[in-house]
Amino acid sequence: MDTTLLIIQVLNGLQLGLLLFLVASGLTLVFGILDFVNLAHGSLYMLGAFICASLTYALGNFLLAVLVALPLTGLIGWLTERVIARTLYVRDHLDQVLATFGLILVFDTMAHIIWGPQGIAVPLPDWLTGQVSLGGDLLVPTFRLLIIGAGLAAAGGLFWLVNYTRLGMLIRAGASNRTMVGALGIDIQLLFSLVFALGAMLAGLAGMLIAPITEASIGMGNSIIITAFVVIIVGGIGSIKGAFIAALLIGLIDTLGRAFLDDLFSLFMSSAAAENSAPALSAMLIYLIMALVLALKPQGLFPPKVR
Amino acid sequence: MKKMMSAALAAAMLGLPAHADVKIGFVTTLTTPAAVIGNDMKNAVDLAMEHLGGMAGSTKLEVIYGDDQFAPEAGKQATDKLVQQDNVDFVAGYIWSHVLLASRKSVLDADKILISANAGPSQMAGQLCDKNFFSTSWQNDQTPMAMGEVLNRQGVKSLYIMAPNYAAGKDMTAGVERTFKGEIKGKDLTKWGADAQLDFSAELAKAKASGAEGIFVFYPGAAGGAFIKQYDQAGLKDTLPLYSVFTVDALSLPKLQAAGFKAVLGSKTTQEWDPTLDNEANKKFVTDFKAKFGTYPSYYAAQSYDAIMLIASAVEKVGGDVSNKDAVRAALKEADFASVRGKFKFGTNNMPIEDFYLREVVEDADGTWTTKVVETVYTDHVDAYAAECKMN
Repeated sequence: MDTTLLIIQVLNGLQLGLLLFLVASGLTLVFGILDFVNLAHGSLYMLGAFICASLTYALGNFLLAVLVALPLTGLIGWLTERVIARTLYVRDHLDQVLATFGLILVFDTMAHIIWGPQGIAVPLPDWLTGQVSLGGDLLVPTFRLLIIGAGLAAAGGLFWLVNYTRLGMLIRAGASNRTMVGALGIDIQLLFSLVFALGAMLAGLAGMLIAPITEASIGMGNSIIITAFVVIIVGGIGSIKGAFIAALLIGLIDTLGRAFLDDLFSLFMSSAAAENSAPALSAMLIYLIMALVLALKPQGLFPPKVR
Repeated sequence: MKKMMSAALAAAMLGLPAHADVKIGFVTTLTTPAAVIGNDMKNAVDLAMEHLGGMAGSTKLEVIYGDDQFAPEAGKQATDKLVQQDNVDFVAGYIWSHVLLASRKSVLDADKILISANAGPSQMAGQLCDKNFFSTSWQNDQTPMAMGEVLNRQGVKSLYIMAPNYAAGKDMTAGVERTFKGEIKGKDLTKWGADAQLDFSAELAKAKASGAEGIFVFYPGAAGGAFIKQYDQAGLKDTLPLYSVFTVDALSLPKLQAAGFKAVLGSKTTQEWDPTLDNEANKKFVTDFKAKFGTYPSYYAAQSYDAIMLIASAVEKVGGDVSNKDAVRAALKEADFASVRGKFKFGTNNMPIEDFYLREVVEDADGTWTTKVVETVYTDHVDAYAAECKMN
């Protein structure tokens, strides 16, 4: 196997994994701390992309647009928590699933009304559109490196926030036992709003980063949310560390599966059969991993210590 | 109530035509990101109705839309509703081959006329052909076959192929492989549907490493724009020239232009229609479409416009009496309407026999990115499955 190709594919997997982590970290926080199943988390990813796309055209600069769009997405998350999610905490999970599924339709239709059905392509500044050489013929698109950098930075920031700040301590405490946190006199409502807004910003950031590669389009969140759920189930619900490792694992497995499975298959079957079966299996691969983890460790790979 | 009855009585006594309006069901994608295609088709249908004044001869036409939600099961449901509840006489539309394949029985079993305005699955041109099924587009293989021919003429020796993993994707790759004489260095079929794969980083890296002289892709709708951007960002324009079918179109070009993805200018694609085709019907269609909707029509729009014009011509021929199916089929088969393709005729399997052109992406006089015809690749091309069709 070609080493250059392998390195590039690992970088591609890393990029996908980090994007997944940005979406999954918010999902796992909200699910773990608020005990709230938020199917509409993907809608925040979509709104982040759309808001950033519009701002890119309005401000003429992608990076500036990201900086402005981040707090806006956080605000939408905060409002969603105050107005909709809060009334659903006392309900059971099925009600939450139904309500947030409805919320997806509302957000999708809203995006359709505001931005139209066609989706928006996001232009990048010139210095981001080229490629960077990592030695030899190892050429990587600059923007994909930026995604990896931004993803790692966000992950690092989150790690610091959760492990070394008072807010993080409360978040961890909330994930372990929220009744106790409330009993200790912490304003649990405020904590919930903050966590929700934080999750929205992280998902929005992922949407903003993917938009220049694909585009901002209606329903874009619905495909990633399924994978994000796979990530948090594999990682252990409520665990940031679990979400990080599982996201990278899923990202790498998915990318490497797409990249090398057909070559692998053609070693022991006809190339026509390999061509047909490899895409089918690589589409299933992450779900197979999830099934395997659920069978061996039903709590996920890194469940939070006290549940 | 009394008034209506007396009105009906008066109409009956005056001997007004007894035929009810002719209803056309039109199934396309009106939700999901692929709605951008459905919207364009709907615009074209509305324009066709406007040009017709809503009438086929002295018969009033009515169009009822159905949304397939980019999924076979939803498309079948929408079709069932049109056939059973709305009792339409014609069902037209269909972007996606897998949706059309899932929906065909609902229409054909009810002895209604089915007209594809885009999807052209090989099965329905061959073994599953039907006297009630007509197409105003093409059979899937034809456009990529024309592209394979172009590649041979340009001396391209090796090719990497990428397409989505569904019925049409497989037809497209089969088409280019049928005519392309060089070596296929690699092939990727990627996940498709409402949660389609849109990040092609892994596949593009493989394509680059394969050392192929060109890359052939088929990515309709939003995926096309996404592919072009990543192809641009990966800097493959010089090393791995792009040859595409149904990927660069009037829907993706405005977005690519707005975002400044210049790599697409000059890229080549094959098609049976182009906005620059020189005939009266096409000029009227393109001019009015641009005036009304502000963009160039896509080939989806052109084919949809033709579908409505075809239906209208047949309804007019039979004097609005669509109950006589043999007469309706005969009238359809004559294809006596002014197609935006200039000429239009059906083959033995009710698929069009038509020309295919090589098109290039250019900037028009107003600075808008569009396509123009470079050369004619095939004249009166018959699809490869016509021989398998035993019309019942």
